[in-house]
Amino acid sequence: MGMTMTQKILAAAAGLEKVEAGQLIEANLDLVLGNDITSPVAIKEMDKMKVEGVFDKDKIALVPDHFVPNKDIKSAEHCKCVREFAKRNDITNYFEVGEMGIEHALLPEKGLTVAGDVIIGADSHTCTYGALGAFSTGVGSTDMAAGMATGKAWFKVPSAIRFNIVGKPGHWVSGKDVILHIIGMIGVDGALYKSLEFAGDGIANLSMDDRFTIANMAIEAGAKNGIFPVDALTEEYMKEHSTRAYKIYEADADAVYDEEYTVDLSTLRPTVAFPHLPENTHTIDEIQKMDEITIDQVVIGSCTNGRLDDLRIAAKVLSGRHIKKGMRCIVIPATQAIYMQAMEEGLLKTFIEAGAVVSTPTCGPCLGGYMGILAEGERCVSTTNRNFVGRMGHVKSEIYLASPAVAAASAVTGKISSPYELN
Amino acid sequence: MNAKGTVFKFGDNVDTDVIIPARYLNSSDPAELATHCMEDIDADFIKKVKKGDIIVANKNFGCGSSREHAPIAIKAAGVSCVIAETFARIFYRNAINIGLPIIECPEAAKGIEAGDEVEVDFDSGIIKNITKGTSFQGQAFPEFMQKIIAAEGLVNYINSNR
Repeated sequence: MGMTMTQKILAAAAGLEKVEAGQLIEANLDLVLGNDITSPVAIKEMDKMKVEGVFDKDKIALVPDHFVPNKDIKSAEHCKCVREFAKRNDITNYFEVGEMGIEHALLPEKGLTVAGDVIIGADSHTCTYGALGAFSTGVGSTDMAAGMATGKAWFKVPSAIRFNIVGKPGHWVSGKDVILHIIGMIGVDGALYKSLEFAGDGIANLSMDDRFTIANMAIEAGAKNGIFPVDALTEEYMKEHSTRAYKIYEADADAVYDEEYTVDLSTLRPTVAFPHLPENTHTIDEIQKMDEITIDQVVIGSCTNGRLDDLRIAAKVLSGRHIKKGMRCIVIPATQAIYMQAMEEGLLKTFIEAGAVVSTPTCGPCLGGYMGILAEGERCVSTTNRNFVGRMGHVKSEIYLASPAVAAASAVTGKISSPYELN
Repeated sequence: MNAKGTVFKFGDNVDTDVIIPARYLNSSDPAELATHCMEDIDADFIKKVKKGDIIVANKNFGCGSSREHAPIAIKAAGVSCVIAETFARIFYRNAINIGLPIIECPEAAKGIEAGDEVEVDFDSGIIKNITKGTSFQGQAFPEFMQKIIAAEGLVNYINSNR
C-alpha cells in the first residue's frame, strides 16, 4: 500500500521509510509560526520550560498581524511581549509594522515556506502553505512553545480525501468558489483529522493565489492540512520568492484514500456561504431565485482573499462604478508588497474612487478585532473564511462568505449579487 | 482520575469564536478569559457554571480558530471535563496540552441531557449518567495523555520528565 503526498513528507521528516494512517510520529520542523494573539501564550509557556532558548532562530516566524497596528493598550502589551521575545532570542523573521502583512500571505511571499517543508503555526489557517506542496498545519500555543524549544512536534499520521480537479473555471469563478463548493459538499467536519489532497490536470488552470485560497480554507472542512502537487507554476513561484532548496513529493500511485471526489471547475458557479457555517453554501443562481439579501458592509481582504489576484478582480468589478450609497466597503491588501503593487497598478485609486476605504494590512475585521465591526442586525459580504455567530461583531450580525468578485459586485448593488448582473 | 458534575448541553459545531469571542483575545489571563466563556452561545453560562460541572456536546466541538484561549477559558471557568461526539483536531490537541480532560463518546453525547449529574472515570473511559442510571464507554486516554492531564498540561509534564 502506497503513501499519500502528506504521508511521504511526514515520513521523511520523522526519518522513517514508511508511515501509515493513525501512526504517532515525531517530526522535525522547518518552521514554527506565531502571531500577536497566540505567541504571548506560547512565550509564557516557554518561559516555564527548563530550556535555554529557541531551537533555531532562523526557523521561527513571528508576525503580529491580528490586532496591529495596536488596536488598544492590551493588544499593545501583547505585541510588546512578542517584540521583546524576538529581540531576546535574536529571531530573524520577526516582522514589525511596516514590514508585516497577514502571516499566511506574508510567509510564502518572503520565501519562508517551500515544497516539502513541515510547518506548524499557532494559527488555524497555517494550512495555507499546502498550496506550495508543503505539509503545514495549525496548532495551539503550547505546541508552538514546544516547537520553538525543541524543533519537533508529534503528529498522528492522517488519512486523506482526494479531490480530482478537472476542467477550467468560467469567468468570475475563482479559488474561493472551489473551496466553498468543496466545504458545502463534505461539510465543516467532512475531513476531520484528515488531509485534503488535490490532484488532476485542472489544477493547471488555477493560479497560485487560487491555490493559496483553497489550501487556506482546508481547516474549514475540519482538515489537518490541504495539499497541492508541485507543478511548473509552483516552481516558478518558489524560484521568484525563495532562495531555499525545496523538495518535491508525489503521492504514490497506489496510495489509499478514504474518499475520492471529482470537481469539474467548468461546472462551478460563484458560491456564497450563508450564516453561520461555511458549509451553508448556495450558488449565485440559487440566490437570484431568493428574496433580495440586502447588506450593510463588504470586506475584501484576509489570509484567504487579500492577495493581488483578489484585488485585481475586485478592482475590475469596481472600475468605473461606485458602491451603493450607505454601504461600507473595506479593502485590506494582505501585505505591504501587495499594497505597493496594487498602488502601482492603480487598483487603490479604483477602490477609493468607488467609495471604498483601503486599510494597512491586518486581520482586523475577519475575527471581529477592529476595522469594520458589525452592529446588531447588520449583514456583511466578506471574502474572509468564517461566518460563525459573532465572528465579525454583534452576536446578531450576519456574515456571507464569498469571492472578491461577488463581494465587489455586492458593494455596488447593496445586496448579494454577482458581476454577471452588473451592466 | 475522575470528574463529576452537572451537565451543560450544546449542539453541533460549537466553534472557538462562541467559546471565547476574539474581542476578548487582547487578554491571555485565564481568570479574565473565563468571565467570557461561552458568552456568544449562552450569555448566562458563566453565572450558572459551578466548579466541576461538565460540558456535553455533539459533533465537531471546538471547530475554527487555533486559539488555546478556548480550552483555557473552559478550564478556568471550572469545567472538569468536556464530552462530545467528536472534537475539532486543534481543540483536541490544545485541551490535552493545557490539561483540560476531554473525551469522545457519541453514545454519551446522545444519552445525556442538560442538568444530568454525570461522572467520568478517565482511566477506564466509563461515563456514568447518575441521573438516568445509564453508563457509556468513552475512549480512554492513552497513558501518556493521562500523565499530561495529571500534570495539568504538557509543559509541566515535559519539565517533570527532565
